[in-house]
Amino acid sequence: MLSRRIIPCLDVLGGRVVKGVRFRGHKDLGGVGELAARYRDQGADEIVLYDIAASAEGRTADRSWVREAAQELDIPFSVAGGIRSVEDARAVLGEGADKISINSPALERPELINELVSALGQQCVVIGVDSRRIEGEFRTFLYTGSEAKTRESGRLMIDWLKEVQDRGAGEIVLNCMEQDGTGDGYDIEQIFAAREILKIPLVASGGAKRVEHFEAVFKRADADAALAAGVFHRGELTVGDVKEFLASKGVEVRR
Amino acid sequence: MIAIVDTGGANIGSVVDAFSRLGVDSKLTADPNLIQEAKGVVLPGVGAAADSMARIQDQGLVEILQKLSQPVLGICLGMQLLFERSEEGDVTCLGLLPGKVRRLPAEKGARIPHMGWNRVQCGDQDPLFAGIKNGAWFYFVHSYAAPKGDFTVAEVEHGNRFPAVVAKGSVYGVQFHPERSGTSGAALLKNFVGMTGCN
Repeated sequence: MLSRRIIPCLDVLGGRVVKGVRFRGHKDLGGVGELAARYRDQGADEIVLYDIAASAEGRTADRSWVREAAQELDIPFSVAGGIRSVEDARAVLGEGADKISINSPALERPELINELVSALGQQCVVIGVDSRRIEGEFRTFLYTGSEAKTRESGRLMIDWLKEVQDRGAGEIVLNCMEQDGTGDGYDIEQIFAAREILKIPLVASGGAKRVEHFEAVFKRADADAALAAGVFHRGELTVGDVKEFLASKGVEVRR
Repeated sequence: MIAIVDTGGANIGSVVDAFSRLGVDSKLTADPNLIQEAKGVVLPGVGAAADSMARIQDQGLVEILQKLSQPVLGICLGMQLLFERSEEGDVTCLGLLPGKVRRLPAEKGARIPHMGWNRVQCGDQDPLFAGIKNGAWFYFVHSYAAPKGDFTVAEVEHGNRFPAVVAKGSVYGVQFHPERSGTSGAALLKNFVGMTGCN
């Protein structure tokens, strides 16, 4: 049986892992390879490296740090942020990433999903979706890396996930925007709504702070994986803490 | 030197990195001479069956790969190419092992692609698994699976059970990615290196 996966997400700026309020007051945490390896040693099942500058500024950044991570890591990792074309994706995979994650560019031009799957294979195409509850509906958003640019896409989360799946994506990361950064736990209702229509793996994101939040997202929402950032970077929990708790609650994890 | 056959695919270099971490000399190549002279050959696992077979044919490597006498390790798609045929693109493969690779059926609770860490009941009789504990975790990502048969060494369960490891003589295939399977993957690659005499 597959284990449930725990996936720390690292924000990368100029080849360094940073933390802080996005686009303001970043604190340098260390090199990409070094930080990724630290989480690997804690028991992370995968790592997401989020290129925050590329995402916000709409440019293709220098990605030599992807190479650094690829040489260091013996677990899978994906790169998110700033990938807008098959060529961008091919370059990132060529540096050694296992998967690429696309968000706004897929909403701008959904055919990009088909093109990526056809050129690179389903297994490496992850679609990130930012969604929040408005007037009883789950609605999707673009450009969420910048508060000023964030806008509604006009697509409902459920409709978009069905389309993304039909276009051949290999995995979904569903980020529940209202939960993001709150520490109130994953949005179980929203993630379960996504789960019910998805046949491909689903990664839950947004709101994790306590070990019970991870248990809930696996047991109640049946997510395949749980992504978290702040709770790990602030040192409030280690990946090992989460896995030890999950194992004690009968959730299959790799230890 | 271990030759890693360049079958195309965007992130094909991951296996080279894995051997580098073990301090083992390996080279990504489609050169028939280098492949024949290598002490071990890895058929890596990226992309789709039909594309990879087309590339192997274009490079004139089919017969060379069929007649290798040194240890061979097929990884993921590379393992699937060892069989006679694949349903993925309905393509003739290398035929070193009998049977046809088929798409995994979507079963309840078993999402496709089979993506993530799963336990392999490997035992430790096979030298490829020396020192690796039974039920060790390996990283899988695939939507097609090899047929079970006489050459199945270990199975994995995801909805159904299907081969995680196959072997015939010194030809091995693993459905998971040892280069991304942490310490257990590194141990397996080290065991393979040991068979080649490259260590």
